Amino acid sequence: MGQRIDVKNLNIYYGDVLAVEDVNINIKADNVTAFIGPSGCGKSTVLRTLDRMHEIIPGARVEGEVLLEGKNLYDSDVDPVEVRRDVGMVFQRPNPFPTMSIRENVLAGVRLNNRKISKGDADDLVEWALRGANLWNEVKDRLDKPGVGLSGGQQQRLCIARAVAVHPQVLLMDEPCSALDPISTLAVEDLINELKNEYTIVIVTHNMQQAARIADYTAFFNLKAVGQPGHLSYFADTATMFNNPQNEEAERYISGRFG
Amino acid sequence: MSSSQTNSTVNRTNSTAPVIDFDKFKPTRSFLAARKRKNAVMTIIISLAFVIALIPLISVICTTLFYGIKRLNLNFLSYNMTYVIGGMPTPSGGYGGILHAIVGTIEITLCAMLISVPIGLMCAVYLVEYAHKGKFANAVNMLVDVMSGIPSIVAGLFAFSMFTMLFGAGTIIGFEGAVALSLLMIPTVVKSSVEMLKIVPNDLREASYALGVTKQRTITKIVLRTALPGIISGVILAIARIIGETAPLLMTAGFIVNTNFNLFKGQMTTLPVYVYQEYSKMSVTCMKSAGSACVPTIPVERAWAAALMLIIIVLILNLLGRVVAKVFSVKSGR
Repeated sequence: MGQRIDVKNLNIYYGDVLAVEDVNINIKADNVTAFIGPSGCGKSTVLRTLDRMHEIIPGARVEGEVLLEGKNLYDSDVDPVEVRRDVGMVFQRPNPFPTMSIRENVLAGVRLNNRKISKGDADDLVEWALRGANLWNEVKDRLDKPGVGLSGGQQQRLCIARAVAVHPQVLLMDEPCSALDPISTLAVEDLINELKNEYTIVIVTHNMQQAARIADYTAFFNLKAVGQPGHLSYFADTATMFNNPQNEEAERYISGRFG
Repeated sequence: MSSSQTNSTVNRTNSTAPVIDFDKFKPTRSFLAARKRKNAVMTIIISLAFVIALIPLISVICTTLFYGIKRLNLNFLSYNMTYVIGGMPTPSGGYGGILHAIVGTIEITLCAMLISVPIGLMCAVYLVEYAHKGKFANAVNMLVDVMSGIPSIVAGLFAFSMFTMLFGAGTIIGFEGAVALSLLMIPTVVKSSVEMLKIVPNDLREASYALGVTKQRTITKIVLRTALPGIISGVILAIARIIGETAPLLMTAGFIVNTNFNLFKGQMTTLPVYVYQEYSKMSVTCMKSAGSACVPTIPVERAWAAALMLIIIVLILNLLGRVVAKVFSVKSGR
């Protein structure tokens, strides 16, 4: 169901500043790939280039190719809006739309794209997405209550439901658990484990135990020094990354003897 | 990198750390007493400032209510100033009315709002969502600042000369007044809307983009929708600023005694202009033969009653705005 992503010779710029240099990575379909690395190494920046969210910032641009199932997302005839329908994103801080109810939040992707949806279809979609996000049982009696009235963990799962409701091929998650308590984190991690059957998932995390728990593959990003561009330092399947890394920098970072 | 850091930590532990007497930094007893005194003094000053700020407001409302309530009745609201001679009562039993001025005020203000809100809002959207600190945006920003400072009489002169050029000398119509008022209203709407759009969290824009929503629909459905309550309060404030304008309207909309519903033909009276005109008459002379039916102080009484009506209209608009803002308010809590 999910699609694979191949990144080739990707250089990412903010204005004239090279932020991340020469990334080459093959992200497998229907797997969880985690991005780890120290702050400022460009994990989130790389993640945001995968659905062309990077270019929202004025002056931001990229060189190189990001191939989604072989199709370059940065071809001149590709509409970034279309890309973002195929590649969904969940953010660090839960951000349900404050003017909308739980139900409206789930339907936002469809409704805002100006597609008419009948009430029956809408009910089905809401239930499907909320069940998919393990939130249905908690909110089914208060779908018309505001989305921002939920707890932080529930809000994040609502955001995941909102993202899967437009039925993307790939789901990008930018530190989705860093604002959540351990119980909510566990709920979201369980959810990621289920979602990987349907979606290709790329997750940025600072929590290495989390990467070890949920990821099939792990990419380690690093930067040579502060002010230097970040780069992809080491990419391996998670077992190798955490048990027997063939890379000195990654080994030092993972074992906590970094920096 | 790691080896150098280990070295530095080793050096730290080897050299003797400075001994610090933390009691020195503790606040002294006298300092604590002084802090309490200061707190008491500041509390009194702030409360006094609040009371002083309140005095003029209450005084204005009480004075207007006191002088205005006398003539503010249904008859006053439902007749205009035709057939009003001196201080004599009209055939309907009243002493003239402000129906024409209420109609004029509401029509001209609404028309000014219809002109300024779309222009002001679109300008604000441009400044916040599209212009990225470019030269043009800076120029627009500066012009808005300058415009919000122009005296209202200048706006009146501008509208008057524009309509003279376009439609010939002596054109004085309600729409002209609305144009003059919208010149005063646009910068206020722009400024308040810009502030409201700026406080919409960027997270929401990103969340919308990430769902594959276009920029246009993100702005109309998420950004403007989230900022709507604030924008409405800004518009209400802007209306409150222009509804009391007198000078530009004297020049552009004129002053008549009968009721004119047509914004595009003939002069129109508004409440502030009516107040000004009546107050400048001061009093009328009554013939001995007229007896007690003739009221010599009627113009001033009418002015106060019209002023009270103006305050009531502003109050109603304010309440309406609050209700609308409440309906569209950003939901929070459980």
